[in-house]
Amino acid sequence: MREEISDMSEDDETGERARWAPDLSKNRSDDSDSGPGPPIGDSPPPFSDQVLENVLENVLEFLTSRRDRNAASAVCRSWYRAEAQTRRELFIGNCYAVAPHRAVERFQSIKSVVLKGKPRFADFNLVPFGWGAQFEPWVKSFGAAYRHLERICLKRMSVTDKDLTIIAESFPLFKDLTLICCEGFSTLGLAVIAERCRHLRVLDLIEDYLEDEDDEVVDWISRFPETTTSLESLVFDCVTCPFNFDALECLVARSPSLQRLRVNHHVALEQLRRLMASAPQLTHLGTGTFRSEVGFGEVDPNLDLVSAFGASRSLVCLSGFREIEPEFLPAIYPVCANLTSLNFSFANLTAEELNPVIRQCHNLQTFWVLDSVGDEGLRAVAESCQDLRELRVFPLDPTEDSDSSVSDIGLQFISEGCRKLRSILYFCQRMTNAAVVAMSKNCPDLVVFRLCIMGRHLPDRITGEPMDAGFRAIVMNCKKLTRLSVSGLLTDKAFEYIGCYGKLIRTLSVAFAGDSDGGLRYVLEGCTRLQKLEIRDSPFGDASLISGLPFYYNMRFLWMSSCNLSMRGCKEVARNKPNLVVEVIRDAVEEEEEEIEAVEKLYLYRSLAGARTDVPAFVKIL
Amino acid sequence: MWLVNETKPTQVRENKTKEKKLKERREEKRRKRQLRNRNPSLRREREMSVETERSSTESEVSGLDYEETALTLRLPGGTSRVAGSEPDRKRGFSETVELGLGSDAPVGTRGVGSTDDQSDESPESQASVAEKPPAPKARVVGWPPVRSFRKNVMKSCKLVKVAVDGAPYLRKVDLEAYTGYHQLLTALQEMFSCFTIRNYPDEERKLVDPVNGTEYVPTYEDKEGDWMLVGDVPWKMFVESCKRVRLMKSSEAVNLAPRAQHS
Repeated sequence: MREEISDMSEDDETGERARWAPDLSKNRSDDSDSGPGPPIGDSPPPFSDQVLENVLENVLEFLTSRRDRNAASAVCRSWYRAEAQTRRELFIGNCYAVAPHRAVERFQSIKSVVLKGKPRFADFNLVPFGWGAQFEPWVKSFGAAYRHLERICLKRMSVTDKDLTIIAESFPLFKDLTLICCEGFSTLGLAVIAERCRHLRVLDLIEDYLEDEDDEVVDWISRFPETTTSLESLVFDCVTCPFNFDALECLVARSPSLQRLRVNHHVALEQLRRLMASAPQLTHLGTGTFRSEVGFGEVDPNLDLVSAFGASRSLVCLSGFREIEPEFLPAIYPVCANLTSLNFSFANLTAEELNPVIRQCHNLQTFWVLDSVGDEGLRAVAESCQDLRELRVFPLDPTEDSDSSVSDIGLQFISEGCRKLRSILYFCQRMTNAAVVAMSKNCPDLVVFRLCIMGRHLPDRITGEPMDAGFRAIVMNCKKLTRLSVSGLLTDKAFEYIGCYGKLIRTLSVAFAGDSDGGLRYVLEGCTRLQKLEIRDSPFGDASLISGLPFYYNMRFLWMSSCNLSMRGCKEVARNKPNLVVEVIRDAVEEEEEEIEAVEKLYLYRSLAGARTDVPAFVKIL
Repeated sequence: MWLVNETKPTQVRENKTKEKKLKERREEKRRKRQLRNRNPSLRREREMSVETERSSTESEVSGLDYEETALTLRLPGGTSRVAGSEPDRKRGFSETVELGLGSDAPVGTRGVGSTDDQSDESPESQASVAEKPPAPKARVVGWPPVRSFRKNVMKSCKLVKVAVDGAPYLRKVDLEAYTGYHQLLTALQEMFSCFTIRNYPDEERKLVDPVNGTEYVPTYEDKEGDWMLVGDVPWKMFVESCKRVRLMKSSEAVNLAPRAQHS
């Protein structure tokens, strides 16, 4: 995880994170039926205006925040043109919101593209395979139009080896490829990128799903240029197949600019040591595993490892640690004090094993861990990491009725120790309102609060009451909150509070919550900044869906699955809002054409492009 | 393991045509996979639950009945079969795997391997269990919301050291990768490449070094520190409790606890 663009999420939208270019679709807070914007390709302006535009362009070059750019482009035609000429970063939060050709016509000098595809619930297998979000039409348009494209970031897109080949062939200055939660490509495509993108600086593969069968793996690491490379970041911990280690060692040795390296789990400590020796300048290291390959007699590999870490004075971020053998953990002590980011979320550690490490990590700002460390482990975190900004606690056993060792007690510890906390993701089985309230008061800077009580409909473990009071405190006291995920037993009251106080919330995730249509109504009417709303298994019906009609153009998307929706309600929405694409997604593989009245999955989003043409059989666009 | 890549021109060309063929084969496989993907939303779910189906088969072979924590789902309109109800002795898994609702799994039960502090025994959770809706819950897709990548990584974390008497090196095996004793022994055989498996009529299995005829008995150290014979307990229990494995010379194995009766 990189501090700057962790997960490519939009949770922190302040000025410092101004890498993102403006949204193409309008972002007004009123509900006016905003049209597609000023016409493209009108007659050239008079001379005086031309001068003004040139001046304006020079000024607008400095504008990087996408919100500012959006605003600037709406001033008048002249500004619209100037802004279009000077935009360098294109951000498209929903690949179906606009057609590729339209983007390419408006913005002609793009150097960096960020593109997001499937809805987030696709990560949890709620979106059937083959739904869409193909990168192909985009890469073809970009390939034809953007000779100077340097950077592509994709999230939840379907990317094929052919697409990667087009990238390699079309963009001679290409520098940065980041793929997050994508699928459809293989080591073959990686080989093409490695071989032909001679100026490649960043190749980051984060939680992608590669298509390789083990016997068809291509040795892509060997395909990087044999000369000194300009690589700065190479992340491939999600590539499950083995790779050519010797080639990697050579690659690292001839990449003097390499700062970030995250390897996959086919690397043991002995090999890690060799890599670190070749690259003492690393700032971010993903260790792959953290186990010894072979124990040979009485030789203690610890010795070499300690000096390897000791020599890495620049390390600020450590991750990996799969299949961890805790006896080797002391090796990282030399770097603990410098660490700002530590990811133990694949390391099955107890509190005793975590303690000596975390006690030394005074400067930690980002910490991901498994709940195996228990409440006691979190106490140690709270006592040691006063500067913590982001905490994620994942379940060792990600099943609903697993026995999690973290609870409200751990959350309480964290709230008392880590006052500067901005973002938290917390999986647990037992929670109390009191702990959530405490966190809301102790951590007023919270921007992201995601609590996942894994057992469905679980109430406060002490009082037996719904978790309404806890979330009420969160939305009331955390005045900067923009992202919220709720869980546990929740009544409509919880949503009333969210609608009443959650005025800055942009992203809301709801699962197994609420009593009636009223719940959803509160949210739609109250959360004026709501952009992304994803709901599953909650008793919201057509009435609540229709109550949101005035607001859907202000949102990027709405996802509702396993709720009480019917075709009647969804069709009414589609009829009423022509610039909304309303998709009804079925799971069924039945061949019957008859329409089922109940809607299992609804995905609606605003779009300038109209109904997409690549719809699979199980999707119906109303 | 990888050999150093030579970059002779002819080889590069050969590599390219090979890759073209690879590409075509891969595309075809992909198309075929999409066609036979009968329940698309369960692609990854299926991969995970297939593994647990295999281990449930093993439990049936050993005669014990474990609650499955597999994520399973009923095909819409299809027949519902409880996971593990049809023992599939084949090594590989069939391409279309049918899944059934694991609706009978009571909350908090993990089977014999779990520790004493099960969630339904501690007082606080008893309160929360009592608060839950009375009907046993069917498993749902995608809950808790943890990405497949993470789930797959956390699954295979049972590495144990394997030592052989007389050999100066250790190897590691991932017990989660195997579904039963036979697979494990076969893997050990391949790993140390000097044994053959000899089956004895009373179901004892030994590994034999064909060079000198020495017999080795696979033993393991369990959580309590006792050395046991491999194969005594049901597979799942073994995976749960095994800390390391030692291939002991038969002559030294006489002091181990006598074989328990199969239940």
